[in-house]
Amino acid sequence: MRLFKKRPYISLQKTEAQNGPQVPDGMFEKCPNCQKPIYVKSLGKARRCPNCQYTFRISAQERLAITVDTYSFNEWDEEVTTDNPLEFPDYENKIVKTQIRTGLREAVMTGEARIGGHETAIGIMDSHFIMGSMGQAVGEKITRLFERAAEKDLPVVLFTASGGARMQEGIFSLMQMAKTSAAIKRFSDKGLFYLTILTDPTTGGVTASFAMEGDIILAEPGALVGFAGKRVIEQTIKASLPDDFQLAETVMKNGFIDQIIEREKLKQVIAELIAMHTYPKEKEGDLDE
Amino acid sequence: MSKAMDIVNQARKTDRLSMKDITTGLVEGFIELHGDRLYKDDEAIIGGIGRINGMPVTVIGNEKGKDVNESVRRNFGSPHPEGYRKSLRLMKQAEKFDRPIVNFINTSGAYCGVEAEERGQGEAIAHNLFEMSSLSVPVLSIIMGEGGSGGALALALADEVWMMEFSIYSILSPEGFASILWKDAKRSSEAAGLMKLTSYDLKELGIVEKVINEKNKNQWIDKQLLMKQIKNDITEKLNDLKALPVEELLENRYQRFRHF
Repeated sequence: MRLFKKRPYISLQKTEAQNGPQVPDGMFEKCPNCQKPIYVKSLGKARRCPNCQYTFRISAQERLAITVDTYSFNEWDEEVTTDNPLEFPDYENKIVKTQIRTGLREAVMTGEARIGGHETAIGIMDSHFIMGSMGQAVGEKITRLFERAAEKDLPVVLFTASGGARMQEGIFSLMQMAKTSAAIKRFSDKGLFYLTILTDPTTGGVTASFAMEGDIILAEPGALVGFAGKRVIEQTIKASLPDDFQLAETVMKNGFIDQIIEREKLKQVIAELIAMHTYPKEKEGDLDE
Repeated sequence: MSKAMDIVNQARKTDRLSMKDITTGLVEGFIELHGDRLYKDDEAIIGGIGRINGMPVTVIGNEKGKDVNESVRRNFGSPHPEGYRKSLRLMKQAEKFDRPIVNFINTSGAYCGVEAEERGQGEAIAHNLFEMSSLSVPVLSIIMGEGGSGGALALALADEVWMMEFSIYSILSPEGFASILWKDAKRSSEAAGLMKLTSYDLKELGIVEKVINEKNKNQWIDKQLLMKQIKNDITEKLNDLKALPVEELLENRYQRFRHF
């Protein structure tokens, strides 16, 4: 029994020199899915884990770079930010810090661009910006995206990524679901094409509004897609849920997603879908010439 | 306890004016219409047709139930997707026959369960919002007790939204709000104070058009009298809305939400 016996050595303060070989910061990343360390460069442009094929969450800027044609993006409504409608304590401070950290003004970036040569309006949400939560600014930018696309007869491609409502904006956050849905209805009634791509994670008020209102709904493999959070459901039903619950693959089986497309193939599929939905208009244009 | 939390507790009481009170005491000759025609009938929502001061209307609302057995059957007023799909079916039917729609909301929220997710809770709510924004008949929604999040909004994309004096309307329950922001559900009273979820706050913020007083000189107004008052207010509003050309009605509804 050595339980209470003093150890026969003393501890020394470790010095820098005694550490093992150093790995520079940012050289390896842990895969959130398989937990294995991955050499960052082996992730590639699509940011895919070479071990388990999980595609990492990416920033709006990274998404833009792999989706639209080079130099074709023209940003809209960059200046739209929240004006803290409930005067929530410390909220403005949080926004500024997040803006500095992410290089974004808000949780969605909107504008127009070409994808495979096709003109389109585009919106990209970023989960790194307060979990991609929807407040007034996000709702306003998405509403304007559809209003302007309707004016310009452009299709809309929207990448969703959101934990749901922006809590700090309370009821005003809820109203964004109604505002965006009404704009999408008007856009849709003009016969224009709306393509949604659900990325990890798409939940809450975003799922219960514009994410589920696309003419065609695609998703990335392994994306979490749902309305209520898994923990909330587990608390409600007092049981634990299987791992594949709310995975895009499961949601597709349940009938709410048209197809799951790997990140490397997305651009090509988007371009082709836009082409097919703008075909008659382009043809008429040809005849005029 | 904060004043707001006191109102939250009032809003949750089961002896409040319920959908069943409305269908028997406010609506004349109510005929219930069941089912979504896709999966089943969700008893968390009662829907049907009847008359209000003689005018045919479609009425839809949450019923939480008065006793334990009924509450279980009605899932305490928390709808599954089929509840929203039933509501939409009845609203589209109302549109076809040019009947105004009155919704009575009393839910802590759309149900958070496995089957609700499997059958597309998010899609069901989204579809309601999408379609309600362009229904060509007047839509009036009244929050009777709890107006919880997207599950309440799915019946509240309306030309006007009214609230009972002691009802609440919010993005989330104060408990949920406190647990998300501060990881402590026990700070719900503090959260309620910050959230601006009372009828007075929401009227001031322009989220609702009207607050229906439940007390007169600090005395609770008798239920029958209260319903008579609400009935007359509804009739007056529906007549005003019916007089508008459809384009104007829809433009006003669009702008009502556009400015938030």
